[in-house]
Order: sequence, then C-alpha cells, then structure tokens
Amino acid sequence: MAGKTLYDKIWDLHQVDTSADGAGLLYIDRHLVHEVTSPQAFEGLEIAQRTLWRKRSILAVPDHNVPTTGLEAGITDPVARLQVDTLNDNCDKYALTEFKMGDVRQGVVHVIGPEQGATLPGMTVVCGDSHTSTHGAFAALAFGIGTSEVEHVMATQCLIQKKSKNMRVTVAGEVAEGITAKDIVLHIIGEIGTAGGTGCTIEFAGEAITGLSMEGRMTVCNMTIEAGARAGLIACDQTTLDYIAGRPFAPSGEMWDQAVAFWGDLHSDDDAIFDREVVIDAADIAPQVTWGTSPEMVCSINQRIPDPADEVDTIKAGGMRAALDYMGLKANTSFDQIHVDKVFIGSCTNSRIEDLRAAAGVVKGRKLAANIKLALVVPGSGLVKQQAELEGLDRIFVDAGFEWREPGCSMCLGMNADRLDPGERCASTSNRNFEGRQGTGGRTHLVSPAMAAAAAVQGHFVDVRELMRGEL
Amino acid sequence: MNKFENFTGIVAAFDRSNIDTDAIIPKQYLKSIKRSGFGINLFDDWRYLDPGEPGQDNSQRRLNPEFLLNREPYNAAQILLARENFACGSSREHAVWALMDFGFKVVIAPSFADIFYNNSFKNGLLPIALDEEVVDLLFTELQGQPDYRLSVDLQGQVVSNAGGVEFPFEIDEFRKYCLLNGLDDIGLTMQKSEQIKSFEQQYYQKLPWLQ
Repeated sequence: MAGKTLYDKIWDLHQVDTSADGAGLLYIDRHLVHEVTSPQAFEGLEIAQRTLWRKRSILAVPDHNVPTTGLEAGITDPVARLQVDTLNDNCDKYALTEFKMGDVRQGVVHVIGPEQGATLPGMTVVCGDSHTSTHGAFAALAFGIGTSEVEHVMATQCLIQKKSKNMRVTVAGEVAEGITAKDIVLHIIGEIGTAGGTGCTIEFAGEAITGLSMEGRMTVCNMTIEAGARAGLIACDQTTLDYIAGRPFAPSGEMWDQAVAFWGDLHSDDDAIFDREVVIDAADIAPQVTWGTSPEMVCSINQRIPDPADEVDTIKAGGMRAALDYMGLKANTSFDQIHVDKVFIGSCTNSRIEDLRAAAGVVKGRKLAANIKLALVVPGSGLVKQQAELEGLDRIFVDAGFEWREPGCSMCLGMNADRLDPGERCASTSNRNFEGRQGTGGRTHLVSPAMAAAAAVQGHFVDVRELMRGEL
Repeated sequence: MNKFENFTGIVAAFDRSNIDTDAIIPKQYLKSIKRSGFGINLFDDWRYLDPGEPGQDNSQRRLNPEFLLNREPYNAAQILLARENFACGSSREHAVWALMDFGFKVVIAPSFADIFYNNSFKNGLLPIALDEEVVDLLFTELQGQPDYRLSVDLQGQVVSNAGGVEFPFEIDEFRKYCLLNGLDDIGLTMQKSEQIKSFEQQYYQKLPWLQ
C-alpha cells in the first residue's frame, strides 16, 4: 500500500464518520471568527435554539471593518460599527475569547491566530474567510468556509466535507537573492492558473519552500486560494516548532514534548502518491508584478505587459483585453513606465514583522516619490506594530512619507475608509487584483513588500534588486 | 430552505471566465448583518453607473443600460450561464444570497470555485458543472435568441433545451437529497451527536494538548 500524504494523515485523524457517497464528517479543532461572516451564523443558531458545541475552539477578532486611524473616535461608519458591535455582543453573550479593538492582540485574523499559537500542526482550522489557507503553513488543514458552514461548526464542531485531491507543487532549488515568498507564490499562480488547484489541497515542497521562514510560508499558503485550492500545506519541521514554542495558546512542558513527538509524523510519506505534481525551478523566479484583474495575470518585472494578440485561446485573449482596458494599460509596455498613485503595505498576505522589515530595508534613507498620493503601512496586529516600533521601523516609514497605521484588513478590500478612488493605481502587497477590490474603479498591482516599497520611492515599478544595488 | 423544484427559466449569459465574488457582490454590502436584501446590489459595479453604498436608495441610482440584467427579459432570468472558475475569490456567502435574492436558481459553468460551490447548496442554489464543449454549445445556441430558456430537472440530473436535447450533470447524492427535500444539514449532523462525543473522547486522549 502506498504511503499517505500529509493531507491524508490530517484528514484521517479528524474523520468522525464517512457516508456512502464518500463525504466525511470532519472534526474541527480551531474556529477563527470575524465580524463580517459570523452575524448571520450566530443569528441562525438562535433562531434554531441551538448552542455552541465547543466554545474554547473559537478565537474571535474584528478586522475587516476596523479603521486604521483615529481609533479614539471608534468606528464612525454606523453600518460597520453595528457589525463589530454585533460580534462583541455575540462573543460576550457566549463567553468566547475575543480580542476587541484596543486590545494589543487585535489584528488580522490570519495574523493573530499563528501569533498566539492558536494554530498548531495537525489541527483542522476553519474561518469564514477564504484566506484561512494561510494556516496551512503550520501543517494544519486550514480552509475558508461560508456562513452556513460557520454555523454548522458552531453547532456541531464538525463539517460535512468531500475529500479533495492531493496536489504537490515543488519549488526545486534555491531562489536567487532578493526573491521573496510573495514572488514564489505569484509565480506559481502564473504557472498553474487561478483554477489550477480547484478541487485540490496543495502541498508545497522543495528547498525554496523549506528554506522560508514561517512568515514566508504563511504568505505562500495564504495565496493558495488564488490558485483555486481551498487549502495549502507545508510539512512540519524545526522552523515550525521554533516559531510555535512559547506562544500563549501553544502547549508547554510535558504536553509540548508529547505534541512535538506527534507532530514529527506531519509530512507526506516518501512513497505517497499525489494526484497531480507540478515542479517549478526556483532559479526561474524573478520579482513578480500583476498587470491584470486576476492573480494569474502576472509576470516578471523585467518582462513587458503581454499582448492579447499573441494569445491563441480567444476567450483568454478577450479576458486579457478587458483586463488591460480596466487597468488602463497597453500591451508591450515595460513596468518602469507604469506610475502608481498609492502604495499599500499590509493584509493577511504581507503584514507580518518580516514583511515590514523587508519594506523598511528598501525605504530607509529614501523618500516617497512626488507622484505618490498616499502610502500606507498597516501592521497585521497590535503586537506586530509594537515589535516594529521597538525596532524603529515606524520612524523609517514616517520619515520617508508613509503613514503608519493601526492593524486591520484595511485597503486589501477597502471595507473601511482606506480605499482607491476610481482610476487610481496601487502597488499593493495584498492578494487580489479583482476589479473594484480596493475601491470601485481602482487598479491593483500585486507585489511583494520590497517591490511595493521600491515603487513607493521610485514612483513607478522597478526591480527592487537593481534599486538596492544602486543601479537606478 | 425551500425544496428545489423542476423549472424552465430564462438564461442570462456572461461570456467571461473567473467572475469573482467581488464582482458578484462588492465588499461594502458585506457590512449587513442580515441574509436578505442583497439582490438589488448583485453585480453592483457593472449594474450601476454611479458608485453605491449600503442603505442607499438604489432606485435613485443610474442603471447601466448596457448591462444584461438591466434589460428585459434578463431582469427575470433564473439561470446564469458563465465560463470557467465562476465565483472565485472570497468565501462570502453573500454572493449566493445576492444571486438567489435576484431570482437565480441555477448557475451553469464549466467549473466553480470550491467555497462558492459548497455555499450554494446550503441555500438551495444549484451550481451545475457541464463540460466546456456543452457550455460552448449553449453559448452558441442562445446567440440572437433573447428568450432562450433551459429546463432543469434535479431528480433526473438533466438540463434540457426547448428542442428537448438533454445535457446530463453530476451531483453528490447527499447534496441532491438535501436540495430536493429542502433539508438543513446542521440538523442532520446533530443526529450524530453521540458519535461526535465518542470521537472526542478518543481524540483528546490521543492529543491531550488540544483539550
């Protein structure tokens, strides 16, 4: 019999029941909750007079709607305030753990879970948010669910799930200097497409992946959903353990030893068989920039904007034309000709301490270019912010002309006041470049924190490696 | 949830792939704490010429006359036809609520984003995945036929056109059962409470650090 994949192992460990048509009843260890996708679930429980099965599995935080400036005034948008108040009321009512606004532990749900040690290897982790895939960096089976499923987990601690296919993406060899996790994952999406992982759980492997820090691994797993897969996974190793040890929700003492012994098996067996395998040469990866309205519309900074005329698939070519039109771009333009209006450094993809250090490293001693209307740095959590301030990163950003903001989802999706105006172009470290994502009519280019910082100081896209070598 | 009944409905066709959830229902409307009332803002950025905010009187906004769903008979469409990877992006169930609130009962595409696909069944919306060639054929058939209709038979797992040509589709037995009977799957899982409890006993013995 063939060995098991990491996904097989976690799946089997959580099987409560299997039905005739292959759907399983999957036990859920950790349920992360935020204000946008939970109110209807709490209401549904109440209407049906049901209660929560395991309150301690829940960790709640408001993040999507929270303002990133002027916190003293609270949330001024009454609709957004009602949503956050509703989360607070529900958490108080059921005595659930919540990091409210003003708590230093508050932040983007996918930043605070790992930061608190609430995401552990081997767990099943769900949240009413597609970027729950982030937590797969810890060898946890983590995926986004809709509000009905949020209610299902609250009521039963389980989900009815059909097992996905096993896919492995191996990024072989080492990346060149200056290439980050964001470049790796954007490159992967460019290769396999936004539906490339549909119906699959993707395990990321190879030297370029195992060589990443936990922050980098989270960036890669975060964007798995942009490749169509609900969940991404990376095997547990010493890097994982070093990150988790000592965090508030992590086990300690004898429990830690037991856990570590168990986690030692959280990798795919050598003889495991994957339904699909993709191998990417790490050496091929250059800094990435998206040019269109889907994350798969991406290329290397040193390439030109692709020409729909070269695309043989007519539907694809039509999509490219529509994207270029929306983005206000012409085929064959080089990226250094593309000027940006706003810069956003933040989101569940890239707002951790390592991301801020990378951006600050580029910004240090430089100033925002004159054409930049606004450049935001939004740390992923209050604790990330605190750490960055200890290291003096806030001063570097502020001295250069950036705004140093409070934690939240912010301009990744613009549910709060941080948005693009129609026609504005943004270099963003977030995860989606869909039409209107950052504001109606806004134009988003996805990049790494270092690339966003470079665009901020140059006013247009550049290869950050050339900037750092003093060639620009 | 209402039982899913067989019906014949007008088809609104969107000839593009990767239609994302931000397009289906933009983020400002996710601030609602209700499940209803999203239909008026379905495809909001495409449907209106001026930007919208929650709570706004939408009748005062300028409709985009070019947009399909603003024109007859598509304003009464019940079947949405699209290209691959429909509803990719976020987990927002609001996308399903908006489509249903508008009046859609079925979405046909070569493929769907996984989370949207799951969310659909929880609300009685039927996503039907048909082969790309079949979807191509449907797009060709409806050219120049504004009143193009398709019939959907869930029990028989078949979509058919006015000429009686049938296009069979696949669906999980359990999901079909829930849709046909309008069943809430939370209730069904709760019938397994004892099994979940005994699972937990063994589970936390094996992984005590999680208890």
